Amino acid sequence: MRFLKFFILILIILNFNLVHAKTKNLDEKITKNLRCLICQGQSVYDSDSEFAISLKTLVKKKLNEGSSEEEIYNYLKDKYGEWILYDPGFSKNTYFLWLLPLLMFLIGGAIILKLFIFKKN
Amino acid sequence: MKTKIFPFLLIIIISIIFVIFYKGLQNSNVYQPQMGKQKNIPIFIAKTFETEEIFKSEDIFEGDKFYLMNIWSSWCVPCKDEHKFLLNLSTQKNLKIVGLNYKDKKNNATNFLNELNNPYDFIFSDTDGTIAIEWGAYGVPESFLLYKNKIIKKIIGPIDQNSLLEIKELIQ
Repeated sequence: MRFLKFFILILIILNFNLVHAKTKNLDEKITKNLRCLICQGQSVYDSDSEFAISLKTLVKKKLNEGSSEEEIYNYLKDKYGEWILYDPGFSKNTYFLWLLPLLMFLIGGAIILKLFIFKKN
Repeated sequence: MKTKIFPFLLIIIISIIFVIFYKGLQNSNVYQPQMGKQKNIPIFIAKTFETEEIFKSEDIFEGDKFYLMNIWSSWCVPCKDEHKFLLNLSTQKNLKIVGLNYKDKKNNATNFLNELNNPYDFIFSDTDGTIAIEWGAYGVPESFLLYKNKIIKKIIGPIDQNSLLEIKELIQ
C-alpha cells in the first residue's frame, strides 16, 4: 500500500514537468509536420536555422491572425511546394507511396495463405 | 510447383526494388522547387531600411518594369561575392534593384553598403524573416527577377557570371 502511494506520488510529480514529448500547442504540432528545407532530415520544429526560426515566427503569427492549421499548410504548400509537408496528400506523385504498404500486405497475405492454408488441403 | 513459383517471385521483387533504387540514384537529392508556372509576387507590408517608414508592396513594384529583388544580409558571406555582380547590374537602365535586408542589424548593414557601395535603388528590411517566407525564399542570398508583378526567374544562392548574363538577356 505504501509502495502504491509512493508510486502515485511519483506519477503526479512526473506529470508536472513538461519534458515529455507530448505536443503542447498547435504551433508546435504544425512546425513538427513541416520539413526544414535547407537542413534536410530535420523538421522545422527541431531546427535552429534562420529559415526554421522565421517559419516558426510566421506560424505563430498566422495562428494569432486566426488562420487554421489547414490554411497554414495550404499557404506554405503554395509557396514552397508539397515537399515542405511531412504528410503528403494523395496525388499522382504519391500514390505509389500510399499504396505500397497495402500492396505489401496483400502479397504477404497471399504468401501466408499459400504456404499454410492451401498446403493442408 | 512450389519450388518454381518461389524463386520467380523473389526475382520479380528484387528487380522491382532494383529499378526503384536505380531510378532514385539519378534523382538529385537536393530539393529544387518547380518553377514551371510564373507566380505572382506576394503582397506584403514592410519597413523601409533607411527611414523605417511603413509601406505597401504595391507602392514599389510598378507593372511594366523589370525588378531584381535581392535578399541580402551583412552577415552573409556569399552576399559579398555576389555584390560585384549586383553593382554591375545596377548600371542597367531598365532594371531596378530592390534589396531585402534579411535579419540584419542596421549598423552592420549600413557599414556593409558604405564599404562595398550600394547597388540598390530601394531597400526594405525584414527583421524576423517572415517577408522572405512570403516570397518563398530559403535564405540568403536569393534573387527574384520580376516583370509585370510576376516572378520570371528565381536564383537561389549568389548571383554568378552565368546568372548575370542570363538576367541581362532576359531584360533586353
